[in-house]
Amino acid sequence: MLLIPCPFCGPRAETEFSYGNEAHIARPKEPESISDEEWAEYVFMRSNTQGVFLERWVHAHGCRRWFNVARNTVTYEILAVYPMGDAAPRIDSEPVV
Amino acid sequence: MRTRYSIFSLARNAVGHHEDWPEAWRSPEPKPSYDVVIVGAGGHGLATAYYLAKEHGITDVAVVERGWLGGGNTGRNTTIVRSNYLWDESAALYELALKLWEGLSQELNYNVMFSQRGVLNLAHNQHDLRELSRRINANRLNGVDSEFLTPQQVKAMVPIIDLRSQGRYPVLGASLQRRGGTARHDAVAWGYARAADARGVHIIQECPVTGFQIEDGRVTGVETGKGPIKARKVGIVVAGHSSVLAGLAGFRLPVSSLPLQALVSEPVKPIIDTVVMSGAIHAYVSQSDKGELVIGAGVDHYVGYGQRGSLQITEETLGAICELYPLFRRMRMMRMWGGIVDTCPDASPIIGKTPVENLFINCGWGTGGFKSTPGSGWVFAHTIAKGEPHPINAPFSLDRYRNGYLVDEHGAAAVAH
Repeated sequence: MLLIPCPFCGPRAETEFSYGNEAHIARPKEPESISDEEWAEYVFMRSNTQGVFLERWVHAHGCRRWFNVARNTVTYEILAVYPMGDAAPRIDSEPVV
Repeated sequence: MRTRYSIFSLARNAVGHHEDWPEAWRSPEPKPSYDVVIVGAGGHGLATAYYLAKEHGITDVAVVERGWLGGGNTGRNTTIVRSNYLWDESAALYELALKLWEGLSQELNYNVMFSQRGVLNLAHNQHDLRELSRRINANRLNGVDSEFLTPQQVKAMVPIIDLRSQGRYPVLGASLQRRGGTARHDAVAWGYARAADARGVHIIQECPVTGFQIEDGRVTGVETGKGPIKARKVGIVVAGHSSVLAGLAGFRLPVSSLPLQALVSEPVKPIIDTVVMSGAIHAYVSQSDKGELVIGAGVDHYVGYGQRGSLQITEETLGAICELYPLFRRMRMMRMWGGIVDTCPDASPIIGKTPVENLFINCGWGTGGFKSTPGSGWVFAHTIAKGEPHPINAPFSLDRYRNGYLVDEHGAAAVAH
């Protein structure tokens, strides 16, 4: 089980949280004018990174607030926690195989 | 041609204390080029190679594998085989697989221990019951055997199930596919490997693919740990690592790789002679020929490439198992493990072309890839050989995420994807 440091409540067990998958996917600004390919990219396509992945979590059974997490998807190590809307932090980590 | 396995070859080798069995497949060094390179020697990849050779006469094939064959999800699943999916597209695909399963041991001359012991899917509430009835009717219209069982009929088939009214998970009914069952997962990989090898296919283990050679939008080969290999066509069949390989080839997938776990108990005498699944509470159980209970748990809900699952998921599943089968409460679990499953937004696989010409992909089977191993290989071999999908896998294109023709199988996929 992950120990997730909620920026508002401190470290809590993973079971208190829900997952929001990939972070930094912006809704298209002009949805009427984009192509089907661009819609597919926005709605369905995911990086699904092996290594450092930027993802969203919500403290569903706590403060109910969303935040972003940088986590290594191989070691499951949480490398950074930062607010929604902030730019991705720079993560220096060993490349994973 | 290899030694044919039979009662006579068994008797002959018994005399020699079984020390002279020939190798089941060769371990060649890769040639500089092949007609077709398949990336990934799991069940699906090996089946693809076998059907390329058998159905399409394409024998200049290499299957390259990072680890050892059948060492990924092929060796990590709960071995359940069924075809009772909801939609017409899925029914055709999984039923093709089930029909191939029915003759597989004879066809491969390898005992895959396919056992049609029946698969039950339980309904625990009114909604489950309606969905289940709908699926049974859809199955029957598609020629897939499927029948409804009342709670009493469930009890007759599975006497150890707790149907007393005070149970936490009341059983209101079940679907039964009598032709469903289990198969020996390792034997499927080994059987396909041996049969493909006998037809000239090269199986190259411990050979990771590190890149693709692409010229003018067309694949011309792969970069591997054993040097570059040229290929006219390349097929990617790597389950949990599909996004990673797609990334190397420069395109994206709608896939999320999640850890899925399973566990087995200590072996006991025969106690359950069918497969009982419950999608709603993430508990399914069957008994292996060795006597172990084989239990499938749910997925962890975050992207993860570590082949292990979280303990709270196991606890949830075992809690449900103990509620449904109170006599299992004193059983000890012996091993647990995880695999990385490549889940799609609509819980259906992707089998077809990619944005790169002559590069094909077969992925997104999520939590239910094992049952479809023969069918998956069969349609993927057709797709690679002809350059176009077979009518059975045409609906499962990558393009469906653009045009919106999704095949939503969340209901029939058993474990929530």
